[in-house]
Amino acid sequence: MSEYTLDARNSLCPMPVIKTQNRVNELHPGDTLTVTCTDPGALNDIPAWCRINGHEVIETREAGNEVIITIRVCG
Amino acid sequence: MSSPRKAVALISGGLDSLLAARLMLEQGIHVEGINFYTGFCVEGHTHAIRKKDRKKPKRNNALWSAEQLGIKLHILDIIDEYKDVVINPKHGYGANMNPCLDCKIFMLNKAKQWMEEHGFDFIITGEVIGQRPMSQRKDLLPVVVRESGVGDRLLRPLCAKNLAPTLPEREGWVDREKLLNFSGRNRKPQMALAKQFGFEDYASPAGGCCFLTDENYSRKLVDLWQARNKKEYELDDIMLLKVGRHIRPQPHYKLIVSREDGENRFLHGYRNQFSTIEIKSHGGPLTLVDGTLSDKDFKQAASIAARFSQGRDADNVNVLITPLDGEAYSLDIKPMPTAEIKQEWHV
Repeated sequence: MSEYTLDARNSLCPMPVIKTQNRVNELHPGDTLTVTCTDPGALNDIPAWCRINGHEVIETREAGNEVIITIRVCG
Repeated sequence: MSSPRKAVALISGGLDSLLAARLMLEQGIHVEGINFYTGFCVEGHTHAIRKKDRKKPKRNNALWSAEQLGIKLHILDIIDEYKDVVINPKHGYGANMNPCLDCKIFMLNKAKQWMEEHGFDFIITGEVIGQRPMSQRKDLLPVVVRESGVGDRLLRPLCAKNLAPTLPEREGWVDREKLLNFSGRNRKPQMALAKQFGFEDYASPAGGCCFLTDENYSRKLVDLWQARNKKEYELDDIMLLKVGRHIRPQPHYKLIVSREDGENRFLHGYRNQFSTIEIKSHGGPLTLVDGTLSDKDFKQAASIAARFSQGRDADNVNVLITPLDGEAYSLDIKPMPTAEIKQEWHV
């Protein structure tokens, strides 16, 4: 199990979702991915993508103009 | 017990594709959705950018549809491949710069590739005969089938009874009797079916999903191509066409003036790609400058930018001009009177 990060700043939804999807597809169950975004829409869209594709959102938080979402990849 | 047949549904985020997928789930078909991102999709962008729109829900309707259906959704980035559809549409444009027929052919071809790569059996769409003037005319549906290469593995559950039986129907994978015969622009049957399925708060039935159908957006795209003397674009180009006032005082340069704080923040992300004009002495917008300007041009551009600041009635406004490849410098400039900003400059 490994921890990864993804910079999805300065891109608008659905690009942060697509970047997250493509990165998650390369990871293994149990890995975590922390995605940093500037589009506040990601706060809804990335958790929605995780719900329908069976991945777990561990944490969402906002820091200034950034949205940070941590995902655990599920099998 | 044999595995259920598998259908890939083109999920736009609108009501029709939601209903079509639901009809297949009702028949025990395994459905997964795909959603294409072209760069021109209305989903998300403008309300992500403009502060005043942030009060609206910021959901992505394709994801919302998939969640309602309980299916997986795969969002495919087709930005680069899609350029040829926009730039060289074999079947031409619609009322604006929308290449709807070529777009449909392209997306179905991509769906066919996805279907084959992932071991799915057929494709479903929410198309309804006669609903759209270009891509859903009955006489053009065979063109779409032929040129996309999907053949009879394309099922349109909402209007299937108006069409010849497809492979999934002939093979008994789906029961044709349970498919529908919707046609035309009347949305009431879809709304009634949505109610029957318990779908509420779905995306506006009349809502378009592509900026290329928008007259104002299309005009800006044409202006971009004319100014560059070539039909090309990058993702940043088409994103910026959605933001700010676009003013072209002279053929060789254009100003993009933010209209509010959200746009200001968004345009700040482009400061290293454009010359900029910032209002220093008053509150005011950030202006991106697209083009190569002389000192005299910059004075004209600054005067226009100052017009949109809180110092519009002042004798002078102080601005900071930062040329893309030069040193930033300060300038006191008189805001251009409104009457001198020609209507034809507004793109």
